[in-house]
Amino acid sequence: MSSINDFVIKLANVNGTGSASANGLLMKSIFRMGVPVVGKNVFPSNIQGLPTWYEVRVTGAGYGARSGDVDMMVAMNANTYARDIAELRPGGVLIYDSTWPRQHVLSRTDVTVLGVPLAQMCNAAFKVARSRVLMKNMAYVGAVAALLDVDVEVIRTLVREMFAKKPKLVDLNMQAIALGYDYAMEHFECPLPFKVEKLNKTDGKIMIDGNTAAGLGCVYAGATVGAWYPITPSTSLMDAFKSWCEKFRVDPETGAHNYCIIQAEDELAAVGMVVGASWNGARSFTPTSGPGISLMSEFIGFAYYAEIPLVLFDVQRVGPSTGMPTRTQQCDVQMCAYASHGDTRHILLFPADPGECFTMAADAFDLAERYQTPVFVLSDIDIGMNDWMVDELQWDDARQPDRGKVLNAEQIEKLDKFYRYRDPDGDGIPYRTLPGTHPKGAYFTRGSGHNADGAYTENEAEYQEVLDRLVRKWRGAADHVPAPVVKTAKGGKANWGIIAYGSSDCAVLEACDTLAAEGLHLDYMRVRGFPFNDDVSDFVMAHDHVFIVEQNRDAQLRGLLLLETQIPRAKMFSILHYSGEPLTSHFVHDHIKEMARKEQSA
Amino acid sequence: MTSFAKPNIKLKNAKHNALGLTRHDYEGAMSTLCAGCGHDSVTACMAKAFFELSIEPHRAVKISGIGCSSKTTAYFLREAHGNNTVHGRMPSVATGAAAANAGLTYIGVSGDGDSLSIGMGQFAHAMRRNVNMLYMLENNGVYGLTKGQFSASADIGSKSKKGEVNIAPPIDPVTLALSLGATFVARAFSGDREQLVPLIKAGLKHNGFGLIDVISPCVSFNDHVGSTKSYAHTYKYYHPAVHADYVPMSEEIQTSYAAGEAVPVELHDGGSILLRKIDEDYDPRDRGAAYAQITERAAQGEIVTGLLYLDESQDDMAAVNKLTDRPLNTFPYDELCPGADALIELQKGFR
Repeated sequence: MSSINDFVIKLANVNGTGSASANGLLMKSIFRMGVPVVGKNVFPSNIQGLPTWYEVRVTGAGYGARSGDVDMMVAMNANTYARDIAELRPGGVLIYDSTWPRQHVLSRTDVTVLGVPLAQMCNAAFKVARSRVLMKNMAYVGAVAALLDVDVEVIRTLVREMFAKKPKLVDLNMQAIALGYDYAMEHFECPLPFKVEKLNKTDGKIMIDGNTAAGLGCVYAGATVGAWYPITPSTSLMDAFKSWCEKFRVDPETGAHNYCIIQAEDELAAVGMVVGASWNGARSFTPTSGPGISLMSEFIGFAYYAEIPLVLFDVQRVGPSTGMPTRTQQCDVQMCAYASHGDTRHILLFPADPGECFTMAADAFDLAERYQTPVFVLSDIDIGMNDWMVDELQWDDARQPDRGKVLNAEQIEKLDKFYRYRDPDGDGIPYRTLPGTHPKGAYFTRGSGHNADGAYTENEAEYQEVLDRLVRKWRGAADHVPAPVVKTAKGGKANWGIIAYGSSDCAVLEACDTLAAEGLHLDYMRVRGFPFNDDVSDFVMAHDHVFIVEQNRDAQLRGLLLLETQIPRAKMFSILHYSGEPLTSHFVHDHIKEMARKEQSA
Repeated sequence: MTSFAKPNIKLKNAKHNALGLTRHDYEGAMSTLCAGCGHDSVTACMAKAFFELSIEPHRAVKISGIGCSSKTTAYFLREAHGNNTVHGRMPSVATGAAAANAGLTYIGVSGDGDSLSIGMGQFAHAMRRNVNMLYMLENNGVYGLTKGQFSASADIGSKSKKGEVNIAPPIDPVTLALSLGATFVARAFSGDREQLVPLIKAGLKHNGFGLIDVISPCVSFNDHVGSTKSYAHTYKYYHPAVHADYVPMSEEIQTSYAAGEAVPVELHDGGSILLRKIDEDYDPRDRGAAYAQITERAAQGEIVTGLLYLDESQDDMAAVNKLTDRPLNTFPYDELCPGADALIELQKGFR
């Protein structure tokens, strides 16, 4: 089997051995050669010792998901040899460390087994024990580069950039890369039938993870207060915000910060700080994951009822409970939609890649302040922690933030009296004031029953008036959350539709292409926000069946559609993937194919 | 309708402060607490302190949790924003608010249930961060709104109204604060305004976290014989050790105190707190000695009151975080957004 720029390399490693930077180097070298790549890091909830995998898909066609195949396996973890070897497709290539005899690597006769004595070479070449471990990774990068025809000069440039601050390490790493490269050139027929060839398909693209992009989006949105409690996989979002702030928000002369990041004692306090800062007129946010949302729920209800803007990033991980903290899912959709006790409904945004993490971070602050309510950005581990190839981020300097209905001192001065929860504009959105602005602007913020004037009440009609306005306000957001994206099947109207959101997007797009090539055409809608606007139900109603692809067990988006729209249950079929690994295009394709087969035979 | 505005009764010879405002301008809605509640006295003292300090009411922020004490933020400073948050979480909201705008005066009002049980973590961490706020802990040893359960500050052996005897050891907010590094630690009694009003003024002017633990008896559920948080018990055993007066920068320190009797401590704003020892043995500048004195006296049933510890040298949260002097919520957007060119430049690192 020969193939140019279309194959998957999977690297099986041991956590904590420094493999991540080597694998990243390999992927980025291919990206620098102008060839689109997809990188997925599947790692354990562990610091050192447990198995970890890194998958690099080389895709000249520019698809963004895992395919589901493995063409080359670099098996560096003796503990997972058996399953790693089994995953390789027939005709694939296995690379292993042949320093020690590994009889069982020969258990398959339908793959090419290439042994490289990595440990032996590194032990001979390097003195320091830690170097010997780390350099094994660089050595296999060299071997893979030779086998796939990756440009060594590109690798060298990247290594120089990686170690710009520690130039001594450049030579060391290049030496290790040469060990593997030379060994492969000498002992194997290089390159393999599948290999990398230069392209120009990465112009205007960057490689970035969603958490970094979201942190940057917060800076661009003008956020000044961030409060958080460390939790995988959201921690790197605040790390990113902090490093961008250090770059852009420190007065070069005085060293004064125009941002404040507070590491709270728990998630309850983190969201409380965001409540306080937002109530006081600063753009403020908290990044967390599902368990954090559980803990924050009381304050989320308070912010909903007292009408305080909140921006929450939920980088979803596998639940329930502690679940699998380093594995990906879309399992917090319903919890976030209705978080907290009592009648509460929230605004959700579903970014599909790091590019949208950047734009939706900025949108989230506008929506939170416009609607004076919590807004959730539902990312996940796949988006948040993997490097994705996306279009360069864009910013329009003409963009101004929507700070919503906040009265300034002059406006308050003109009022006879300020009433916090009245609805003078009829859109369900009241006016608010900030502490310290004007003596007439004061009001008492409370989570207890209140009337339109902002006063305490237990009066039935007064209570209901506020509660009814809140849901009108929320419904009004349907046309202001990011609109769904529709990709219509070629050649006119398809009978079947497919709906997905968030990180399922790339797999679905590819599956649609493959199915179309096989003669099965589907229209595809990607939902990007909640509350749903009418386009969402119109799309479903316009098709005989709609498949809803989700990364959770309970079909949570389908559940929301049943609750919030008039769509009949029988129209929607779920395709559910919740193993914790990022979705593959094969999975989507195979499920729909199976449905088609059943339909035909019925 | 359960909220009542207080009638504005114009008194003829009402005193005016430096802003030309009267005491009435510092009041709020009518209290809905029980007649005789200690908290109402504390509310009056807070209003008086703000009045005497001539703080513009709308430049103050009142934040509270849940409980009888937390309701009182509605009963003073009607021109100040109030935020009656969720149970035990007032400190985090105050922390976030202070981060957003360090230019306002923050007062938090809480109780023993709110602070020492459900909210113990946040209470502790606000002290640890030295958030610039005054934290009033209205302490009555009992859950009033749920009708009389012991709180975490109830003493061993104290009797409930139904005759039950408390067996769990109390948490003392004052010694807790001392051990956590709090920079302004005071205890007072709602029945002694002469002591409490100056303490509140000093606490509001202190740069950093100020705690005033106010014994504030619950007339409905904890003011009977056998209770150690009753009016009678507190009157009998409370022991003022250090009196504190706030002296603004503009006023010269009175010379009527004998040398050595009063110690001025200079504040961030140029004013000072004048510490006047009532108990000669007590040193409010020595954390360890203060802790020892308070616990020794407590073992004898004595309630040591006054400004029990003061350290004006520590940076508050804003300083620790190197916050700019301008409130974060006043920055124009173009000073916060790096712009399109910077975005193009920074993305060179992502190729």
